[in-house]
Amino acid sequence: MTQLVNTQINGDAVGFACEIDETLLDVLRNRVGLSGAKEGCGTGDCGACSVILDGTLVCSCLVLGVEAEGRKVETVEGLSDGADLHPLQTKFIEHAALQCGICTPGFLMAAKALLKNNPDPTEEEIRYALAGNLCRCTGYDKIVRAVQATAADMRGS
Amino acid sequence: MSSDTKFTGQKFKSIGTSPLRPDGIDKVTGRARFGADINLPGQLVGRILRSPHPHAAIRSIDTSKAEALAGVKAVITSADLPDLTNGNSELFNILDNCMARTHVYYDGHAVAAVAAVDATTARKALKLIEVDYELLPHVTDVDEAVAKGAPILNKKCFTEGVEPKPRKASNIARRSEFGHGDVEAGFAKAAVIIERNFRTEQTHQGYIEPHACVASISPDGSGELWVCTQGHFVFRQHCAELLGMDVSKLRVTPTEIGGGFGGKTHVWTEPVALALSRKANRPVKLVMSRDEVFRASGPTSATSIDIRIGVTKKGRITAGDATLRYASGPYVGMWAELGAMTSFACYDMKNVRTVGLEVLVNRPKTTAYRAPSAPMAAFAVESMMDELAASIGMDPLEMRILNAAKKGTRSSYGPVYGPIGIGPTLQAAREHPHMSAPLGKNQGRGMACGFWFNFGGQTCTDLNIAPDGSVCLTVGTIDVGGARASLALVAAEELGISYDQVRTVVGDTSSLGYNDMTDGSRGTFSSSMATIMSARNAIKILKERAAKMWDIPVEKVTWEEGCAKAVGKKYGNLSPLSLAEIAEAAPNTGGPIAGHNELVADGAGVSFATHICDVEVDPETGRTQVVKYTVIQDAGKAVHPTYVEGQYQGGAAQGIGWALNEEYVYGEDGRLQNSGFLDYRIPVCSDLPMIGTQILEIPNPNHPYGIRGVGETSIVPPLAAIGNAVSNAFGVRMTHVPMSAPRILKALDEAESKKADETQQLPLEL
Ligand code: FES
Ligand code: FES
Repeated sequence: MTQLVNTQINGDAVGFACEIDETLLDVLRNRVGLSGAKEGCGTGDCGACSVILDGTLVCSCLVLGVEAEGRKVETVEGLSDGADLHPLQTKFIEHAALQCGICTPGFLMAAKALLKNNPDPTEEEIRYALAGNLCRCTGYDKIVRAVQATAADMRGS
Repeated sequence: MSSDTKFTGQKFKSIGTSPLRPDGIDKVTGRARFGADINLPGQLVGRILRSPHPHAAIRSIDTSKAEALAGVKAVITSADLPDLTNGNSELFNILDNCMARTHVYYDGHAVAAVAAVDATTARKALKLIEVDYELLPHVTDVDEAVAKGAPILNKKCFTEGVEPKPRKASNIARRSEFGHGDVEAGFAKAAVIIERNFRTEQTHQGYIEPHACVASISPDGSGELWVCTQGHFVFRQHCAELLGMDVSKLRVTPTEIGGGFGGKTHVWTEPVALALSRKANRPVKLVMSRDEVFRASGPTSATSIDIRIGVTKKGRITAGDATLRYASGPYVGMWAELGAMTSFACYDMKNVRTVGLEVLVNRPKTTAYRAPSAPMAAFAVESMMDELAASIGMDPLEMRILNAAKKGTRSSYGPVYGPIGIGPTLQAAREHPHMSAPLGKNQGRGMACGFWFNFGGQTCTDLNIAPDGSVCLTVGTIDVGGARASLALVAAEELGISYDQVRTVVGDTSSLGYNDMTDGSRGTFSSSMATIMSARNAIKILKERAAKMWDIPVEKVTWEEGCAKAVGKKYGNLSPLSLAEIAEAAPNTGGPIAGHNELVADGAGVSFATHICDVEVDPETGRTQVVKYTVIQDAGKAVHPTYVEGQYQGGAAQGIGWALNEEYVYGEDGRLQNSGFLDYRIPVCSDLPMIGTQILEIPNPNHPYGIRGVGETSIVPPLAAIGNAVSNAFGVRMTHVPMSAPRILKALDEAESKKADETQQLPLEL
């Protein structure tokens, strides 16, 4: 059964039609054309599909498309302001916090959600906040450092 | 030409710096296109039906109901693919794994596939396919598979490498042996001999991006494939051969790749997607689910290793002997052979023998995983090194230094080493502050060494100079972790221009000559060698053009700092011509300027590492936490030190997961019990500490810049380093990986009760 859904995605009003059992991740990737969120598992275990829904970090593979009705969705595509990168994006590149980069969109959204609630996290707080996002390449060292550097940077400005 | 590739000891400007990667912005903004991000007009959704049984004969497959479902555009089984039963056995195995012909050999083995207008229809169609199976007995454990009376997977499998050729079928597909000297004579000289069995469980590369491809075959028989792969040329070759196409008629474009670690070196679904597209006459997208990735893409081998080592009182190894059984899934591989070759490679041994046995089991086909087969062998050898050192009261680090291989040592697998880094990494470990840092309660420190061969192989690159003097470098090796940045650095270095003036792209199969798979840590090693040669060829042309522009003999032109300079009394006052000036004039001096190179990159220098780690074991729960970790490894020359560090850290993290937690769990029914990231739990951020690194640079004499591969060695030592750390924390030797909480608790309990027994017996003996 198909349903019409009205949302706001990265600040724009977006309407889409989807099946009632379709996930938000599938909607974003296949119907809205935003492929920044990735499917690593489809079961809520890897965080590659992380997006922010009404201010809360969610695994978009665990949310139905129809649940987005009337809500605000933020994806990695909305992180930068035009050509101006978000400080997290800049620091991830500077600190080599990505190798293959498939986990990166999810980490950026998770880190964004963390820093919004906790602008001065300890290393342990960062590690626990990001524990729902898997990265197989980096060993997390450089990711943690990039988040620390961003937090310092954002507090400074 | 070969002498050109020798190391010359040159000083570098660009190499050794760490500029930002060119694909960084695409990857942090969501613009980068990975395997599943590719879409074509009119594309169908492909799905694969997989066996629920570990071992069965396929009596029949009825696809008629699926074909009749509205929205289904094609259904295929092995009958739609060539029958290679009597052909090349290697190709047959690849094809049989992609789509089972007469038997299924593991839970997850593909038996049929559909292409439909959407995912829902495709899923429904799979349910309508009827497969009649005749169930057969199965075996999933490596030791059980070699035991008497085990179910035989393949009645035509007679152990290779045994003379005379056996007449009875067996699950041991191949035997390989390495070594030299007289092992028994060596043991006779030993003061202490220890003999043990070590076991490691099967692990998966666990890349975050599942396999994905889009295949499109036109009615004229030509085709295109977009795929996340470590080797698009090899994929082209295999897919074309399996589908009966001319190789050049298939164009393969590699997408960005979301991790591979060896797991994306084999075709799995790609030939199936192509066959579906051919039948449906539409493009087909096929993406594996995570469950399929675990059940039906190649994990590493589970192993059982019998090992015996003897040492003198002073700690010199007199002999080493190991029999290594590696499970390879249902098809013969080379995993035990690699294990046998790498096991003792760190040490200088007069008497050594290793025997590798390749064992068939009802599990998915094993593939490479970062330094394939070496971590398990190192777990056995490096655990033994600690135990032997303890038995003679010697420091384990000193015992390793005493026995370390060096330049001129004959390696345990045959060749004689050139300049190598095992000694220096051990020396660096001895001096490292980590070695003397204080330990807390329930903590232990361990160290271990590791070795990997590295590989070179066939490589081809193009270096094209644009009319404005900027440079586009096209390589045929996949960028799995920043290689484009490293190769741009190399081109900039050789041409004497800045990093920003070079753009590196990974070419598709129609744009370059054949390139081997990006494995064996060869990406930067081999493509940098070909890049240097391409740049040198371009410089030759640039000098000729400058000579023409100046109208002077070409012998009077040199290339320095990105400019042609005229030399000699007569011409020395001509002002230099920059790359951009020469490029701009190209239309009048002979046309476009480019440099090409094709080579077999020989002399990939071997690589060694020493790791140190501290663990804390909770005696109540058995949970082990790594609290401090240091990687010391030789890079030959670190082209982009930050990415080299990243490779060291990533490998160590994977090794830590392998050592402590990751394993395939099979039920009695032969089905995989933990085919998801919830139950197959790779390390998460809160499981790990920061991972310290120290890069050593012992130049590889066979590369112009001294480069060695760096990607793989870092996963070799962690299993043993952690095993040794746990043993030092509790005095219990762990011989089975992963050292999960239940296994550690069991080992602690056993040690406790042994102690209790001993104290109880004590008064009786008195
Ligand atoms: S794809 Fe959603 S958590 Fe993995
Ligand atoms: S960078 Fe590859 S998974 Fe994180």
